[in-house]
Amino acid sequence: MKKIEAIIKPFKLEEVKDALHELGIEGMTVSEVKGFGRQKGHTEIYRGSEYTVDFLPKIKIELVVADGALEGAVAAIVKTAKTGKIGDGKVFILPVENAIRIRTDETGDKAV
Amino acid sequence: MIKTPTSKVRLLAAIASLAMLGAVTSTLHADTNAPAAAAPAAAAPAAAPTPYPANTNAFSSASLTNQVAFLEAAHSNSDPTPTGITYESDPGHNAWMMVSAAFVLMMTLPGLALFYGGLVRSKNILSIIAMCFGITALVSLLWWAFGYSLVFGTNFTPSTGPTPLGYIFGGTEFFFFKGITSVPNNNYAFWVSQNVYAIFQLTFAIITPALIFGATAERMKFSAVMAFVLGWMFIVYFPLAHMVWGATGYMNGVWNAAAKIPAIDFAGGTVVHMSSGWTALILCLILGKRVGHGKEPMPPHSLVLTFIGTALLWVGWYGFNAGSAVAADVVAANAFTTTTLATAIGALTWPLLEWIFKGKPSVLGFCSGAVAGLVVITPACGFVNTTGAVIIGVVAGVVPFIMCTVVKNIFKYDDALDTFGVHGIGGTCGALLTGILVDPTVNGNLQAVSAGTPANAAMQNGLITAITNHTLVVAQAQAAGITIALAVVGTLILGFLVKLVIGLRPSVEAEHQGLDITDHGEEGYNH
Repeated sequence: MKKIEAIIKPFKLEEVKDALHELGIEGMTVSEVKGFGRQKGHTEIYRGSEYTVDFLPKIKIELVVADGALEGAVAAIVKTAKTGKIGDGKVFILPVENAIRIRTDETGDKAV
Repeated sequence: MIKTPTSKVRLLAAIASLAMLGAVTSTLHADTNAPAAAAPAAAAPAAAPTPYPANTNAFSSASLTNQVAFLEAAHSNSDPTPTGITYESDPGHNAWMMVSAAFVLMMTLPGLALFYGGLVRSKNILSIIAMCFGITALVSLLWWAFGYSLVFGTNFTPSTGPTPLGYIFGGTEFFFFKGITSVPNNNYAFWVSQNVYAIFQLTFAIITPALIFGATAERMKFSAVMAFVLGWMFIVYFPLAHMVWGATGYMNGVWNAAAKIPAIDFAGGTVVHMSSGWTALILCLILGKRVGHGKEPMPPHSLVLTFIGTALLWVGWYGFNAGSAVAADVVAANAFTTTTLATAIGALTWPLLEWIFKGKPSVLGFCSGAVAGLVVITPACGFVNTTGAVIIGVVAGVVPFIMCTVVKNIFKYDDALDTFGVHGIGGTCGALLTGILVDPTVNGNLQAVSAGTPANAAMQNGLITAITNHTLVVAQAQAAGITIALAVVGTLILGFLVKLVIGLRPSVEAEHQGLDITDHGEEGYNH
């Protein structure tokens, strides 16, 4: 099992979700996050006061998949979230020791 | 944990004793004077209503010529005294003035509260609302007890001629609203009930001190705000309002034949905006900067609230400016028109400058330009024509913009919400521009009366000569200078006095947490 954490542009969420859904992936967790990488922030001006806002809004998708589904899922995310411009985000892949479905007590691949 | 309960008990006791004093004074007055005078404020509800005017049949017993002349006087907002008909107020003029008074109250609650409230950080929104509400309540009490009389009374000026005291304060005859009824006070309006006029003027006395605390936002204790206002009304507002608008005022060019400075201020460029704006500058210097100013971001927490507040201010300002004609007449109509134009042009100019120099036109720029336009047209609205209004709109968009974006950053004072930049400087521009752009054809009070009739105040005090010779701006500059001096000196004395007695600022920790919790024990937003 692997966990995929993808940071993407907010407006790409629907496309990424649909692409993952077509692969048969049935669940994911999404959060609104702020952060920055190479993409610069922006400047806000209120009358005479200027503030640089470094942290930009992004979406973080978290999902855990069986090892066999990993490659397809990552490819789908990278393909659909890509605009080719700076600020597209990143995908991280982490190993997962186990998973448990609380309702049925199922574990491992059956639980994801 | 109750802090200093005794001082609060004492405050309540003071208010209660003030109210009792008022009741006693009114009752005494009713006992010792003709019953046709005022209905006492504390009269028992079962008492029969006192009929007024004294002779209600005057109209029907008058000649047809006098009846027509009387109605014509109401129609044209002129003096009906020559017709010999005893009269009450006119329903049309009264209706407009009651609407105007309500509009100006709306400028403070909720207009200014939202305008300022949106500009502070979310932890201080309630401190702004509490301050606006607290000032409204406190000033209403002061106005009833002493304020209206000190501003619009005249008994400090004996019949033998003006005195220094009478130039600066009005009198004592209206203390506790004594004698203020629905009958007009001819010193100020022929057709508007004096009680309506008193409440209309109260709403000006409310918004003026409330404006000050934009400069001191987010770092002045509520108790210090209230204590400062209590003193400031007596030291700055009441004398200034009397000097400019009182019938015996030192620089009331329109109404006082004995005015030493024949200056004109239609709706409060000096009284309201300069006084609050220059006070704001001195007070924010005495206070010092907010903790973290210049180091951490302090962006407005809701420009949506600021926008709504701005829109309410604009609408309410029709009561402020057009209402200052104290009649639904041709002068009000002119003020209504010039106010609209100057505001719109200000709201065009400010964001345009932002677009050119900063890259983007901002919503705060639209709001700031509109408020600046309203401020600068205020003293001029009943005295200039539409061309003058457009010029004023442009100046309003340029000068306060430079103050708020360039000058403030050079001198690094923390005028948090730009009260000085917009009201202090805008008001000063307005006072001076009124002297330059004045057009006597829009306002009969600026014109000489025809030969054979008694000379009006403007002929006697030199106002008309000044307008004819294009030297009115000198009188305007003198009035502006007196206003600045009074505001600066009064604020220096009061600011340090309040600082010494109860302190001006909350603790650094309290300021960091936000005044909503530390001063009021509640939060504006609970998610």
